[in-house]
Amino acid sequence: MNLQAEIPLDYMIVLSTIVFFVGLMGVLIRRNLITMLMGIELMLNAVNINFVAFNHYLFPNRLEGHFFALIVMAIAAAEAAIAIALIINIYRQFNTVSVDDVDELKY
Amino acid sequence: MTGPKIIFFILAAAIVVFSILSIFSRRILRAAIYLLFVLVAMAGLYYMMNFQFLAAVQLMLYAGGIVVLIIFSILLTSQIDSKLQAPKGSHLLAGGITAIAGIALSAITILQFTFKPSQENAVGTDMRTIGLQLMNTDVQGYALPFEVISVLLLAALVGSIFIAQKKKV
Amino acid sequence: MNYSYTILILLLPVLIFLFIGLMGDKMKPQLSGLLGTSGLFVITLLSYFTAFNFFDHRVDESFQAIEVFQLLWLRFTDSLIIHIGILLDPLSVMMLVVITTVSLMVHIYSLGYMKGEKGFARYYAFLSLFTFSMLGLVLATNIFQMYIFWELVGVSSYLLIGFYYERPSAVAAAKKAFIVTRFADLGFLIGILILSFYTNTFDFIALTDLNGLAITQPTTAVFMGLSVTTWAMLLIFMGGAGKSAMFPLHIWLPDAMEGPTPVSALIHAATMVVAGVYLVARLFPLYSYTSPDSLEVIAYIGSFTSLFAAIIACTQLDIKRVLAFSTLSQIGYMMVALGVSGYGAEGLGYMASLFHLFTHAFFKALLFLGAGSVIHAVHSNLMTDMGGLKKYMPITHITFLIACLTIAGIPPLSGFFSKDEILVAAFEHNKIIFAVQWLVAGITAFYMFRLYFNIFWNHTPEYHHTPHESPATMTIPLIFLALASVFSGFVPFHDLVTSDGNPLHTEFHWMIAGPSILIAVIGISVAYMLYAKKNSKPESIATSLKGFYNMAYHKFYIDEVYLFITHKVIFYFISRPVAWFDRHIVDGTMNLIGNTTVYFSGAIKKMQSGQMQWYIWYFTSGVLLLVFLVMYLN
Repeated sequence: MNLQAEIPLDYMIVLSTIVFFVGLMGVLIRRNLITMLMGIELMLNAVNINFVAFNHYLFPNRLEGHFFALIVMAIAAAEAAIAIALIINIYRQFNTVSVDDVDELKY
Repeated sequence: MTGPKIIFFILAAAIVVFSILSIFSRRILRAAIYLLFVLVAMAGLYYMMNFQFLAAVQLMLYAGGIVVLIIFSILLTSQIDSKLQAPKGSHLLAGGITAIAGIALSAITILQFTFKPSQENAVGTDMRTIGLQLMNTDVQGYALPFEVISVLLLAALVGSIFIAQKKKV
Repeated sequence: MNYSYTILILLLPVLIFLFIGLMGDKMKPQLSGLLGTSGLFVITLLSYFTAFNFFDHRVDESFQAIEVFQLLWLRFTDSLIIHIGILLDPLSVMMLVVITTVSLMVHIYSLGYMKGEKGFARYYAFLSLFTFSMLGLVLATNIFQMYIFWELVGVSSYLLIGFYYERPSAVAAAKKAFIVTRFADLGFLIGILILSFYTNTFDFIALTDLNGLAITQPTTAVFMGLSVTTWAMLLIFMGGAGKSAMFPLHIWLPDAMEGPTPVSALIHAATMVVAGVYLVARLFPLYSYTSPDSLEVIAYIGSFTSLFAAIIACTQLDIKRVLAFSTLSQIGYMMVALGVSGYGAEGLGYMASLFHLFTHAFFKALLFLGAGSVIHAVHSNLMTDMGGLKKYMPITHITFLIACLTIAGIPPLSGFFSKDEILVAAFEHNKIIFAVQWLVAGITAFYMFRLYFNIFWNHTPEYHHTPHESPATMTIPLIFLALASVFSGFVPFHDLVTSDGNPLHTEFHWMIAGPSILIAVIGISVAYMLYAKKNSKPESIATSLKGFYNMAYHKFYIDEVYLFITHKVIFYFISRPVAWFDRHIVDGTMNLIGNTTVYFSGAIKKMQSGQMQWYIWYFTSGVLLLVFLVMYLN
């Protein structure tokens, strides 16, 4: 299947850009820590699309993007585990998961 | 319109729509499910690009692991039927401006740039090749990142247990 | 001869100081006193041993200076190097003997005098510190090392004067002594710097070497009409004048009597106050060859101080103050002798000065310790509270009488010989100075016997409890010092301590000695007539000389002049404007900077809201802005 002829690389990257900034917006507007974490997952995935797409379109003779995406996934898993542990701890401490109420560290 | 193109647009539309829904949904469990759809659609995208292994990992790790983890934590910290607070106006404005400006800036930059497609022959992405490269220490080998990531995962495992455990106070 | 054991003379007192200073609270007070005293006893023996060895070994009929230790301490340039070491020459060995003897006597005496005082251990720690500093001062191989110990002496003097720190007057006296001598030391330091700048050395042997560059090729630079060498030597003398309480830097010494009396005997009679004399004597070849003008100045200052202090001493009522002014007067004698002296064969004055230093240390320490004994018995410093004590305190009485006769210059006591040499030296050099010193000898005899008669004769006031003789720890030092006062005059000083190390030929001049004995006897007789029995003559004389008497009683208002200059002139016209400038301009600038920072910090600290999402927003929009700027606005 010759994907290069059908779908230009630009499409892929614009798609990843959109997902990335949607994820960023999720981080910015949602006050619930878990939804913020979901936004971060979206951003990570958008980056993964980039890696994979560049690998596929520009350097098909190697697998660097592929492996990078694989490692990003592993790191995302670790990050999610840590983040959720932190969220649970914050929930115990403040009895809330709203980021607005966790503002002890300020002036 | 050819087949791949149609599939791509369906997947892209699904990704964009569900990701937007995921961040705007006021019910948190639904947001998680929308995220799941986005991740599944991305797995389809990888599959289209001939990375079957990656697509499988995406499904297993994200759909099967992370989303389940997120749902667990949702259940631990909030009521299922409780609605999230609506975003604050100032946040919405700031976030929206940043997102739109970012998309615009990036898209313009990307579209102005002409990528040169490679003429090289593609290597196979079968399990054998991936396995050999992952365990190799040659130029195209990834044994070191593999080992490092294993240490990282171990540290994350221990760390998350330590952080989440009940303090003996 | 191997003199390496002399390092112990320096090390022992500092070790004792550290030990008593750190452990004093934990042991019995008497133990720390005994420890200090026995340590000093060892040091004294070592010093005597050193002196015996040193004066026993002549090289070609003369004594050579020996540098026992010479350790490199600081290296400024290739030629300007500071060493730390031990120098033995007739001068320093003689000072060793004086310091350790008087210090040992004072240590023993204090066991009785300070018994039961609060801070007994502290007292002995400070005494050891002082002894260490003073020994270091006289053993210094170079002028910079001497300066260090010079300051240490000042510090320990400050600590000892302020020993009774609960008394505001003691605190004020300690501060006064420290500030005045410190001010003088400023001149000393500048003098050292000028001298070393032109001679490229600090070393005493190099500085005073007759064939050395410092003497053969003095700088020709001139500043304000005087050669730079003279300036340097005068500034160095200023340091000496501060420590030796020469006019007009003498004001601290009478107040320093606030310290315990043994301390006055040690520091303010025998050792520290002669540091100035020692300093001039140490650099004497330099004074003599490169700057005779400054020697002239020294002679006149010494002469004036001795007369001035002697007149004041006649009017004082506090017995320790009388002795303090008497000390000023006697140090004036020593300075005169140095000032009129020449070098080598003409170095009679030099020898006489140090001879007088030697004898004066003993009889003045004796006087102070005797006065301490009297104060111990009567619990007052004022001679109006005393009288008729001779039958209560026989040993103190006899020893005090010996000291008074010695200082008055009655033969064959030691003071006669040393004072006579000074008068001879002055007579050969300058007749006016001789006349003044001759007169001062009479006044000295008068005021000393005024003191003596007022304490031990005269009428007996009603004592609260009958005075009694002091304990043996106090009388033994008195007896020892009395013997020293009697016999130290027979030490063949002209053979031992001379300006060039060679024996000096001296003659006995009846032409000088006769009149000096005569005026001493006159002084004693006048004192006897006025003070031996209670009568109204002293009052009538005081009334007839009212103006002059009052001026002398108030020490010629020198303190008031100082107060006027410092408080009115310096405070109002210099310190106030400087303080205003500092508070308003310097502080104002700093406050402005500080307040501006605080204001802006307050304004931007709101960004640190703790709201994580805003941080993320600042960060991402900042990145986007940067990308935009870099990509599209180049």
